[in-house]
Amino acid sequence: MLYWSPMLAVVLTILSGMVMFALLDVNPAKAIHTFFVAPVSSLDGIAELFVKATPLVLIAIGLSFGFQANVWNIGAEGQLTIGALASGGLALAFYDVDTPFLLPGMMIAGVLGGMTWAAIPAFLKTRFNTNEILTSLMLTYVALLVLSYLVHGPWKDPEGMNFPESRLFHEAAQLPVILEGTRLHLGGLLALLAVAAGWVVMARHIIGFQIKVIGMAPMAASFAGFKKARIVWLSLMIGGGAAGLAGMIEISGPIGQIIPVISPGYGFTAIIVAFLGRLNPVGCLLAGCLMALTYLGGDNAQIEMNLPNAVTGVFQGMLLFFLLACDVLIRYRLRVVSKKVPEAA
Amino acid sequence: MRKLRYLTSLTGGILAAAMLVASGSALAAEKMKVGFVYVGPIGDHGWSYEHNQGRLAVENAFSDKVKTTYVEKVAEGADAARVIDKLASTGHKLIFTTSFGYMNPTLRVAKKRKNVMFEHATGFKRSNNVSTYSARFYEGRYVVGKIVGKMTKSNIIGYVGSFPIPEVIRGINATFLAARSVNPKVKIKVVWVSSWFDPGKEADAAKTLIDQGADIIMQHTDSPAPVQVAEKRGKWAVGQASDMHAFGPKAQLTAIIDNWSPYYVARTKAVLDGTWKSMDTWGGFKSGMVTLAKYNKAIPADVVALAKQTHQGIINGTIHPFAGPVKDQSGKVRVKAGEKPDDGMLAGMNFYVEGIDGSIPK
Repeated sequence: MLYWSPMLAVVLTILSGMVMFALLDVNPAKAIHTFFVAPVSSLDGIAELFVKATPLVLIAIGLSFGFQANVWNIGAEGQLTIGALASGGLALAFYDVDTPFLLPGMMIAGVLGGMTWAAIPAFLKTRFNTNEILTSLMLTYVALLVLSYLVHGPWKDPEGMNFPESRLFHEAAQLPVILEGTRLHLGGLLALLAVAAGWVVMARHIIGFQIKVIGMAPMAASFAGFKKARIVWLSLMIGGGAAGLAGMIEISGPIGQIIPVISPGYGFTAIIVAFLGRLNPVGCLLAGCLMALTYLGGDNAQIEMNLPNAVTGVFQGMLLFFLLACDVLIRYRLRVVSKKVPEAA
Repeated sequence: MRKLRYLTSLTGGILAAAMLVASGSALAAEKMKVGFVYVGPIGDHGWSYEHNQGRLAVENAFSDKVKTTYVEKVAEGADAARVIDKLASTGHKLIFTTSFGYMNPTLRVAKKRKNVMFEHATGFKRSNNVSTYSARFYEGRYVVGKIVGKMTKSNIIGYVGSFPIPEVIRGINATFLAARSVNPKVKIKVVWVSSWFDPGKEADAAKTLIDQGADIIMQHTDSPAPVQVAEKRGKWAVGQASDMHAFGPKAQLTAIIDNWSPYYVARTKAVLDGTWKSMDTWGGFKSGMVTLAKYNKAIPADVVALAKQTHQGIINGTIHPFAGPVKDQSGKVRVKAGEKPDDGMLAGMNFYVEGIDGSIPK
């Protein structure tokens, strides 16, 4: 039943969306079509959907490992940023060097960068038992300042009139487009691979089993001899690595340079995606596409129907609200209880 | 014979269908579509708001020939290219991308969509179908500098900065040069908020500056929050990009207004007439791209007179905000006495002029 809760939430969101459109004096059927169908009714649109969903799916899968083990990595945004910087730094260091090894090198750098950033909360948690929610979140802001320092300083484009951005990466440092005429790049394929790999580890590998046991029954896990510290490290490394790779994909794919704002909050949106996808890799794929669709739909609603940008935010908010509400109401039954105050003697 | 008739009717049918399609597209083509991409919400009452005023001016000027579309709050990154391309692929002939961070995405899309014309604000890269345009905001800053130099009692001007890019540095320098010319004791303090639009951070920066003794708040960010803070604290403020009088009726001395309407109307007309060409435009007081809001009644008459005289002088060309000698902080002469800087030097300005304390963040 809990697996159906996201579907129910989507249906409820669409229904309330229609009510909202009706109140805004907009034809509800047309608005829903513009929002959810029109953006993906062309090849270009589908390609854009995957471009937008790729970082969300990758990060969400990485995070869902930790979330199942009760390891709350909230700092994927920072890990993405450091991953982007590590791979982007490599691209700039080998500027104009034409070698097929550069892209794989950048991928490895991206993953290692994200892992390094996630290693700090992992170390603090296993060594000093600090709260990883706080440490990972705070490190996000540190990462953003590092990015800001680099693009305003040493990595600024020498021919860029002093504007804060790096030079454009050369060809060998850019992800190849896999669908001619669109922006769909190799990163989309990597995200699909991550879905498959994530599913295998989660459903078929001992690590996935240990993660689940530690999350659901920590006592049982320690009786079985599963090492908690190992799982904390492992899940933060998976989450950080995936986020770092997503950062690499963003700068070497659709962006093509290092700019002051690399991610419009993918690291945070991916948390919603992970839960919407029930912490399941395939679920994350679907949820990531749905979330991406709300952005594309938002553009489309503005272009085609002059609806305000706030509609996108409203849809995302409703989706999360209904999901949480459905979860609660599926797990618990509402009962009217008459409250009898014991009388004072 | 019969076959022939069949053939003619078939061709006739095809022709009729083709004509229908043609007239259909002719109907659609009757109104040219013009797209606008904004970095903020149109309700920011600053930068994006003024670009949207320009869009409305285009609608008004060509209500029977042009239909406009806008997309607001488009992030400067992977999203920008998607939105710009979406506009290009949905029949928009002319697209205004109104933030610096859209430069490379605009060029990328322009390369693919050769028969769409693009106008990028504040950038420096052009191509056959990409023009750039910006305004000489520093001319406004120079007039404002004269006013704040005269009006400050604490001799500290607070300045809320966005990013240390040449445009912002130029504004700080122009303000300071003008303020110093009328008040040798004046100092300028800058707080960088690393955002173009973040009312919370902008307000915090303004409060910090006031706590540090500033009695006039200037800003190079897009929201009216600093003006509101100044109003509440009983200090002066200078509106940015748009007339922010409503947010600080007592506080606002004046505002530097970006007026994109004439440019947008002219460029749209150029496309309609088929005379559009890629070019770089840098308009100021003279072309009306930069204007000033009404002066606050509390400004003494002699200061208003000075401001008006400076304003007129810039229009006439008798006053240049960066007329030499201009030295940088290290004392190096950047503009020689009696000379005026060229636009290239202004566009890439990355130094503070002599007398400003502190350094540009690196």
